[in-house]
Amino acid sequence: MSLKLTPLHSAHQKLGGKLIEFGGWEMPVQYSSIVDEHRCVRRAAGIFDICHMGEVLVTGPGAEGFLNETLTNDVRKLAVGDGQYSQMCTESGGTVDDLYVYRIAPMEYLLVINASRIDVDVAWLQERICGSPHRSGVIFEDASGRLGAVAIQGPRVASFIDLLFTGPSLAGAAVDGASSLKKNQIGAWEQAGQRIWVARTGYTGEDGFEVVAPASIIEDIWTRTLAAGHTVCIQPIGLGARDTLRTEVCYPLYGHELDETTSPIEAGLGYFVSFDKGDFVGRTALLDQKTNGVKKKSAAFKMADKSAPPRPGYAIFAGGEKVGDVVSGTQSPSLSAGIGMGYVPPAIAVPGTKIEIEVRGRRFAAEIVKKPIYRKA
Amino acid sequence: MSSQVPADLRYTKSHEWVRIAGDTATVGITDHAQHELTDVVFVELPAVGRKVKAGEAVAVVESVKTASDIYSPVSGEIIAVNDAVGQDPALTNSAPYAAGHFFQVRLSASAEVDSLLTPADYSKQIGA
Repeated sequence: MSLKLTPLHSAHQKLGGKLIEFGGWEMPVQYSSIVDEHRCVRRAAGIFDICHMGEVLVTGPGAEGFLNETLTNDVRKLAVGDGQYSQMCTESGGTVDDLYVYRIAPMEYLLVINASRIDVDVAWLQERICGSPHRSGVIFEDASGRLGAVAIQGPRVASFIDLLFTGPSLAGAAVDGASSLKKNQIGAWEQAGQRIWVARTGYTGEDGFEVVAPASIIEDIWTRTLAAGHTVCIQPIGLGARDTLRTEVCYPLYGHELDETTSPIEAGLGYFVSFDKGDFVGRTALLDQKTNGVKKKSAAFKMADKSAPPRPGYAIFAGGEKVGDVVSGTQSPSLSAGIGMGYVPPAIAVPGTKIEIEVRGRRFAAEIVKKPIYRKA
Repeated sequence: MSSQVPADLRYTKSHEWVRIAGDTATVGITDHAQHELTDVVFVELPAVGRKVKAGEAVAVVESVKTASDIYSPVSGEIIAVNDAVGQDPALTNSAPYAAGHFFQVRLSASAEVDSLLTPADYSKQIGA
């Protein structure tokens, strides 16, 4: 099967990006180096191609009711122009996907979903609509093909974002410029008659924005962002640094921290499960886990001494016994130490607990730490 | 970025270099390899005294992104390892042909050297 290309593919080639396969897409893993790009985002600003991510529009008088019976979080908390993180679970509480939901108009929701889950999610949502009492009031569109997206992240981004999206917003949150958006808010601007959605969200632990726009104008937005951010030395950032940045702040990555056998309760994401909103898919199973406890729990850890970086699939030991597996692991560029996340019994998932990570048959000392592993000074 | 391929070394398809002096082979990874890996953060070296065969995985180099095996280009006994690169893995990036070398092998089959890639062969392989 040939790899899918984003609208920015030729831009990556021009910038010397090293391209790899990721979830069926050919994407840049790095341009200069993962460490260099990582530090650039922590220090100033970076731009990421996230066109591979999926966008779904759920519209109509039944949209709110349908989403609330399908997702874990409560969309009724969203004013127009607000976004929230949520999960979509199976009846047994496993995670179909984790996603962002934005209420972009009174009866219109934009869902941003994982690249690797687009086909599964679309099928899941469509099937759910057919079985929903709200089905006559729901219009569903998988807009993943016609929309692209970039993330512009870092502490200096707010200093130039208004150059890109000028003047008051045209829809969503009513603000005078993108820099006036609050965290999790979304607003709309236009370029040559095309609508651009700008949200103050991201996947790096830094301030920043995610921009969703028609695929046809994504390269123009990319180029204009690199030009506008030139004064703060903005750089293009690959998937390598995207992974180290999100791991340091313990954001889950579907297929690692989350899958269909892992619930948001086990993943430590219970905050995004609203039990008081009425019934939703997975509620019974998740409430049982919340009430009676779980067998495995996500924990963050940091290597104690100089060691090989932990990697997904490595075994976690405590008291001489294997207690779990690493699901994400890397060398933290900010801490210059091996860090990661894994699933262990709840009694082990307590900050301060000494564990060991087995690397090629040798065990290295590590310690469970509080999330996030990295916190800005 | 063009990579250095020193003329006095021999090479492997898996991007190790070999410097022969008498019956001793010094081994490291090439400039091209360190460019590809970027940001080497850990190097695991073999035990001194270990007998190795040509093509055997004997060391591991880890970048932020991945772990890669390093293969001994020649057969023989590991007679020394470069502890400096174990302590400071970034030497692999900054000085791949000198301070960033990995280990030394006392050759047990010196004819193997003739089958290693020449600088011209290796340059061709990496498109340099």
